[in-house]
Amino acid sequence: MAIPKVMGTEIEYGITVRNDRDFDPIASCVLLVNAYREEHTSRILWDYDQENPLADARGFQVDGEKYTPNQQENIARNKTLVNGARYYVDHAHPEYSCPEVTNVRDLVLHEKAGERVVEISRREATALLPPGAQILLYKNNSDRKGNSYGSHENYLMDRRTSFKQIVEHLMSFLVTRQVYTGAGKVGSENRAHPCDYQLTQRADFFETEVALDTMVKRPIINTRDEPHADREKYRRLHVIVGDSNMSEYTIYLRNGATALVLSMIEDGAIRKDLSLRDPVRAIKEISHDATCKREVQLENGKKLTAVQIQREFLELALQYTASRPIDAITRDVLAKWQHVLECLERDPMLLAGEIDWVIKKAMIESFMEKKGLDWESSQVQMLDLQYHDLRPDKGLYYVLERQGRVARIVTDEEIAAAVSEPPEDTRAYFRGQCLKRYPGEVFGVNWDSISFGIGDEPIKRVLMGEPLKGSKVHVEELLEASPTAADLVKNLRA
Amino acid sequence: MAESTQKQKPKRGSDGEGTGSGEGPQKLAKKGAELKEEMDALVDEIDEVLEENAEEFVKNYVQRGGQ
Repeated sequence: MAIPKVMGTEIEYGITVRNDRDFDPIASCVLLVNAYREEHTSRILWDYDQENPLADARGFQVDGEKYTPNQQENIARNKTLVNGARYYVDHAHPEYSCPEVTNVRDLVLHEKAGERVVEISRREATALLPPGAQILLYKNNSDRKGNSYGSHENYLMDRRTSFKQIVEHLMSFLVTRQVYTGAGKVGSENRAHPCDYQLTQRADFFETEVALDTMVKRPIINTRDEPHADREKYRRLHVIVGDSNMSEYTIYLRNGATALVLSMIEDGAIRKDLSLRDPVRAIKEISHDATCKREVQLENGKKLTAVQIQREFLELALQYTASRPIDAITRDVLAKWQHVLECLERDPMLLAGEIDWVIKKAMIESFMEKKGLDWESSQVQMLDLQYHDLRPDKGLYYVLERQGRVARIVTDEEIAAAVSEPPEDTRAYFRGQCLKRYPGEVFGVNWDSISFGIGDEPIKRVLMGEPLKGSKVHVEELLEASPTAADLVKNLRA
Repeated sequence: MAESTQKQKPKRGSDGEGTGSGEGPQKLAKKGAELKEEMDALVDEIDEVLEENAEEFVKNYVQRGGQ
């Protein structure tokens, strides 16, 4: 029986500073992250002891130096938030990792709350710059000059499912899901074939099928084996092949369909061989065809379009769920998945309110038509970039949203609440509540631990190897009975 | 938990045909005109907020590679 798909996303934002000749991306990121102030939580360390990004899921450890910053640098670069998220500086980009959630509706909520948090910090940080200078942030994945930054999804999986099984079935799913997960991009880069417009930001950057790297020679399936949970029981599948999406509907379907397919892999429910002959080539061919009609070759010699391959996965998912009790959200994901594939078969432009790459394409084409522009025009390239702008008044996605032109999954009020409230049904609840209740005593945090420094006592680390424990149901009573962190630690020992 | 909402939902035809067959040419033309008007309004709004120095802006947007 498949385990619950606890999930989360990590989004790296593009950053630039207008009117600043000495723009330094790293210093700007540090300024940004520190400009986001929650009461008392500014001195908490990120606990690197628990991290191991060099472990490979295929069963080996890669040589290399593990990054461990000193204390001051650690605090300057990491913020753990009361909603259970981590907001930090990753290389030269601000990154927001949302708290662990149990369903795609909450995922949309918390990924969107991340946009709000990052935008708040942008305004605060800009106020600290010399007059005229302004930080600008983009929730996209490419500068269109060959530099890409990531958008990663994480899914909890059963350790008993071998990595080989995952790769075998997931590869063709990930390569073909871009027909509804792409965020759209004008042109191509990284030595890919030229094109006017393509489905994804990221496809041009994938150069190999399976590997540990995330920054060079990017793989379609990443083997990082860092469960951030009990490693005897769990894996955390780190999906790096997606785009940063603006559309709530797209985020919902992206994670919803992927989580379903992963559950099916755990339950051995994919008995069809849909392997692609050349996934690295196929991912670019599919991305570069906005008609979604291009066929790619399967290992068995058959040729199918990405939509047809997705249809096969959907059929398998419908069979899989027919004999199981499913919740309302899963049923809704299946309905949306079906709706989107039907539209893609008829005319992808029917999805101009739902799927990012289509929303963006329709917007750009309307603009081009009225202004008599072509795909090479710098204004068209500007439209592409500004679709992802985080400023509510300038970001073109937000303009479309205000006009009611895009489908919503959650409300603005719910998003605003998620900025300061953790999800209630995962360990993120315990993390967030500890930060709210005992901010002065929380010493360090990681996804699977929280440590307390109380007076002169040795640091006390509480391990949270079970992502579904530490939920409101589990710990509310304990927290209520613990007015101070010392009480909490004592009650935990009892 | 609140139900998901959709403000726009393209028409679904069980027969896979384009727009509904019950719409006559006049109605379609009217719809087309409305659509065009709406698109014009959108383009105008975008035009107002689009960065002015697009060429320089796009040229200067250079990122260090990330993950």
